[in-house]
Amino acid sequence: MGREVSESCVESLLTEIVSSYCNGFYADKPELAARRIEAIGFQVGHQLSERYTMDRPRFTDHLEAIKFICKDFWSEVFKKQIDNLKTNHRGTFVLQDNRFRWLSRMSVDPSIETLGSIQDPSAMAENKAAQAIGMHLYFPCGIIRGALSNLGIPCAVSADISNLPACKSFHFEFFYSANSLN
Amino acid sequence: MAPVAPRSGDAIFANVERVNAELFTLTYGAIVRQLLTDLEEVEEVNKQLDQMGYNIGIRLIDEFLAKSNVSRCIDFKETAEVIAKKSHGDGFLEGVWSWIHPGFLRKQKRKKMEKRKIENESVGLKMFLGVTATVGNWNAEGTTCSLILEDNPLVDFVELPDTCQGLYYCNILSGVIRGALEMVSMKTEVTWIRDMLRGDDAFELQLKLLKQVPEEYPYKDDE
Repeated sequence: MGREVSESCVESLLTEIVSSYCNGFYADKPELAARRIEAIGFQVGHQLSERYTMDRPRFTDHLEAIKFICKDFWSEVFKKQIDNLKTNHRGTFVLQDNRFRWLSRMSVDPSIETLGSIQDPSAMAENKAAQAIGMHLYFPCGIIRGALSNLGIPCAVSADISNLPACKSFHFEFFYSANSLN
Repeated sequence: MAPVAPRSGDAIFANVERVNAELFTLTYGAIVRQLLTDLEEVEEVNKQLDQMGYNIGIRLIDEFLAKSNVSRCIDFKETAEVIAKKSHGDGFLEGVWSWIHPGFLRKQKRKKMEKRKIENESVGLKMFLGVTATVGNWNAEGTTCSLILEDNPLVDFVELPDTCQGLYYCNILSGVIRGALEMVSMKTEVTWIRDMLRGDDAFELQLKLLKQVPEEYPYKDDE
């Protein structure tokens, strides 16, 4: 039985990572902030997957590793499994989490929402809300990329939130690099 | 409505959502690594960690107060009474601490103890036994004490390389305590006395009460 901490500790840390990098060091350079946040996630995912696979036999193929991510890894980190896994069999996987834990309690600045409904739906205001939430997604994306890379699957991970601000679903896509396809 | 009895730190911890501590430990470690890379100066990293802790502390105290049923203490004396009367005996800090992780019990205790000391209340330390942290090293005036942790989830898997000798790896904790206490009107200075990562036998945080800030409202009810 492992040691546990209150979930608010992890949430507080995540909030602080995002706010220190986005509002502090790299206030004018969201691109750089995003890369730093992703790097922190990568480190975490890399180490976590090492620990969670300690007592398992080696994965024989990529699908097995992805399934491990969807089930065991996701449960350890987000306390639920992935809801839906899709693939085009050409190296892209889409993982859908209908209630992504780290976004489930996030609120969107009401002034942004109002603006969005007054102007046309694709207005800039909505982009702002998406950007704010997007910043919080670099960390989990980094975790997944770190975990997969440690399992021998170098990939790119991106997240997509379809229904703002409800954040009902959440996708990860894996684009294998060419040499890992064989 | 009758006030609800305060809940003990253990009870709170049992009821909050919890996660595997490895995620927390490793995330914190990765943050420190990234900060060391980005800020380069160890001293700057210490400052940044403290600031992050402070920001967390000022929010954590809210969650603690909401979940622990501890009523607002107007002064040291009242706090002392609350502590003396309730068998649970959890102070603000103790609650906050325990609720973040079992080691947090110590922090809350400390605060209560401090208040008590100042009022010369002779409530025994015994109520605090059985938790993982201890409070001690009081000065004669009762304004300074130490929080001693022998167990600290933040440092699992951690070893400091020679290049980071000036780093206070757990500096976020001192920030959390400082922030949380400030929100309940106590200005404090929190410094590390002992650090296991530097070869000491325990973690010891010194908590020094600078002043108690009277609460000021930005508005007046009747006007």
